[in-house]
Amino acid sequence: MNRDKKAMTDGRMELIIGNLLRVMVTISAAFVAVGGALYLIRHGLEAPDYGVFDGVPKNLRSLRDVISVAGDMKSVGIIQLGLLLLIATPVARVIFSVFAFLIERDSLYAVVASIVLAVLLLSLTGVII
Amino acid sequence: MDILEFSSLIFLGSLLAGFLGASTGLGGGVVIVPLLALGFGIDIRYAMGASLVSVIATSSAAASAYVKEGYSNLRVGMFLEIATTIGAVAGAAVATRIHPSAIAVVFGLMLLYSAYQSGFAHRRDSAPAGPDKLATRLRMNSGYPTPEGIEKYYVRAVPGGFGVMFIAGALSGLLGIGSGALKVIAMDQVMRLPFKVSTTTSNFMIGVTAAASAGVFLNRGYIDPGLAMPVMLGVLFGSLAGARFLLKVSTRILRIVFAVVIAALAIEMLYKGLTGGF
Repeated sequence: MNRDKKAMTDGRMELIIGNLLRVMVTISAAFVAVGGALYLIRHGLEAPDYGVFDGVPKNLRSLRDVISVAGDMKSVGIIQLGLLLLIATPVARVIFSVFAFLIERDSLYAVVASIVLAVLLLSLTGVII
Repeated sequence: MDILEFSSLIFLGSLLAGFLGASTGLGGGVVIVPLLALGFGIDIRYAMGASLVSVIATSSAAASAYVKEGYSNLRVGMFLEIATTIGAVAGAAVATRIHPSAIAVVFGLMLLYSAYQSGFAHRRDSAPAGPDKLATRLRMNSGYPTPEGIEKYYVRAVPGGFGVMFIAGALSGLLGIGSGALKVIAMDQVMRLPFKVSTTTSNFMIGVTAAASAGVFLNRGYIDPGLAMPVMLGVLFGSLAGARFLLKVSTRILRIVFAVVIAALAIEMLYKGLTGGF
């Protein structure tokens, strides 16, 4: 009886996660597509320059900077904002899992998910390179 | 060639890679970096950044479809993500410190192995196993739906699987790929999960693993919006379409063709890497 109840909660957790991921990917793809269209209209006739690596400009490397570049309606900023949202999608899944395991009273896996979340956040905030 | 033409060609190439990867179930991600680096002369670091982003997109988009089938094992996936995320950060940290030619050589070796795996290796069917102490304590044993109802399975060899997953994560961060094939091996061959459970759980894990290295790639300026845009959209739409047209005809021949293409890319990557062409 107890097991059945748990299985159902796991199933619901998976369903919510699946929908969450799909919605976030759709929104991020929309940002990338709109920014991409603007980018091609504005810069389509320039020459691509990816043969030598200089790294992308500093203002496209962190969330705060990207938001301000996107706010200026710069096409690369809008694309990059979409890409950041995409990168945030698996992070959102792990955050959701922490809470879902807590609701299931599965403290072991709430801790496991928290460890994964900590690694992700340390990487994304640039603390560990 | 101007940006419009360049982006269109990359979009079409990525669309094809995504379509073939999803429809054959072989994963088209590994061909994106060689396509960009060898086909378009793009620096391998920009190619890795764009590839990694597309990996997150396909993994997340496919997850909702897999979830409905009720196959993936959330606990096994979450536990092993500790190994893959730490591995991914380590791999990405190494990638930012070694010469691009060295990355190309590792990439070439990985491609050679994938070619062998997809073309010629025969999958051992895992024999049903009894309960294992550690896996039981970690509550990993579960069941999956079959036409005859829920079939129970027991997970084995957690430390071994954890170790292989660390390597899978490190390769993902080092090369900007999903390394789904290695993740499946860790679960299917080492931990003896049913194949269908292994592939769906692996898909779930790929996005989280890639996000861990994406942080490092982002801070180092590997993720270029102008390049990632056609790659991400192409691979995403290609794989969504590919998943609807699962190719059932002559998978054997398709696998061998795929293996030959990957082997050719491997040799070119190795050659350019060893001669310092990157």
